[in-house]
Amino acid sequence: MDEALVRVLTPQVLAVLVRRGADFAAAEDAVQDALVEALRVWPADPPRDPKGWLVTVAWRRFLDATRADVARRRREDLVDEEPGPVPDVDDTLRLYFLCAHPSLTPSSAVALTLRAVGGLTTRQIARAYLVPEATMAQRISRAKRTVSGVRFDRPADVATVLRVLYLVFNEGYSGDVDLAAEAIRLTRQLAAVVDHPEVAGLLALMLLHHARRDARTASDGSLVTLADQDRGRWDTVMIAEGVVILQAALARDRLGEFQAQAAVAALHADAPRAEETDWVQIVEWYDELVRLTDSPVVRLNRVVAVGEADGPRAGLAALADLDPALPRYPAVAAYLHERDGDGTKAARLYAEAAGRAPTLAERDHLTRQAARLNARSGPT
Amino acid sequence: MAKYLLLKHYRGAPEAVNCVPMDQWTPEEISAHIRYMEDFADRLRETGEYVDSQALAPEGLFVRYDGEGRPPVTDGPFAETKDLIAGWMVIDVDTRDRAIELAGELSAAPGAGGKPIHEWLELRPFYGVPPTITE
Repeated sequence: MDEALVRVLTPQVLAVLVRRGADFAAAEDAVQDALVEALRVWPADPPRDPKGWLVTVAWRRFLDATRADVARRRREDLVDEEPGPVPDVDDTLRLYFLCAHPSLTPSSAVALTLRAVGGLTTRQIARAYLVPEATMAQRISRAKRTVSGVRFDRPADVATVLRVLYLVFNEGYSGDVDLAAEAIRLTRQLAAVVDHPEVAGLLALMLLHHARRDARTASDGSLVTLADQDRGRWDTVMIAEGVVILQAALARDRLGEFQAQAAVAALHADAPRAEETDWVQIVEWYDELVRLTDSPVVRLNRVVAVGEADGPRAGLAALADLDPALPRYPAVAAYLHERDGDGTKAARLYAEAAGRAPTLAERDHLTRQAARLNARSGPT
Repeated sequence: MAKYLLLKHYRGAPEAVNCVPMDQWTPEEISAHIRYMEDFADRLRETGEYVDSQALAPEGLFVRYDGEGRPPVTDGPFAETKDLIAGWMVIDVDTRDRAIELAGELSAAPGAGGKPIHEWLELRPFYGVPPTITE
């Protein structure tokens, strides 16, 4: 059986059953049964319409299971209705919103989305997150229990779905599943079924970041900052696609957080050399982002942009308004002091920043920065 | 989602509130203590927050390279004053607050007299995978 086809079809068939009123967990069981049946029947007798075949078999399984289940008798009313045809796009969308339900914790929402919408196996998801398969299986089955019985009678919140997809994207990758690529694939699907400028904004943002991924780490795994990246290694086709999507979204004049972030990323991607970056425009986008999110992290990023646009003194002045307890605050302070010519202070701050770095790659990078300055200014 | 290491110390951590050494507990108290920790791990398996846990034997050594052609130098078994890790548990949770909450729960394992030990557990976050968004 064609594995890629199954991965595409499974969520679609699941979505049809959920839309027809099947409980999420029961629907998944029925779809699994149908897949097992397909494995048996298809090699000898391939169907002309694989999706229709799977829907028919899965729905029959669901009816059988429901009728057999006395405790679930109340569903008899529901199964006796003959389901009428409904546009396909509606179904997949419903699955996105179900998986991003606000009653789920972020990690459960992510796991359920990868399983139900992405069609990944529990093992693949567990490997990607470096937890035991049994742990991930529990996360997913708890999530299924949480959303069981949730009905969709009111418009769901697109922002929640986008947040879940962005979490998947930022999780990086390990094992045999590239979660960033998976997030892009799912966001593309979402963009095809929902008309919302922020969906386009998120897709553009992911593409623009993903296009630079290869250049972001050196061959030894160490971090390469934006200014030092080999821009010849950026994926220009992906950048161009991201920019086109972003421009179409911006033209609709309904600005949101993801569009603004994508605009910043696009300005970086647009510069042939780091020195040619349009920092003045980047500061303007950060002003928009501060207005939209009021996030302290955004304010800190804005300080970096101000430092580039108006010089390190202006950056340090803007930094003075922020809380020193912010993550990466000492790293930004170190960078600005170095550019302002105070290597000693910068070295001390880089060392402090290394101690507070959230990732190993970042810690090593900051430690090297401190060492570089100490080697230059220290006694020989 | 972030992973945290819960480190249990034989020695080296600040003294527990209920600090009677384990060899002076009753066998029932010891069983209750172990059962508490197993139940705790089982609950985390169910919530999808469990990653790994292992107990460590106390007879550890420090080992050091001692120059070309010479056997490594060893130091130990440890003197009383040295830090000694009894075991660890790795959890994968949504927030730091949740990690603290769980560590607090584990620290309440029953000891002598069936009363919580109130032992100090060391809580250490893992470094994350490199985030995609660094610029």
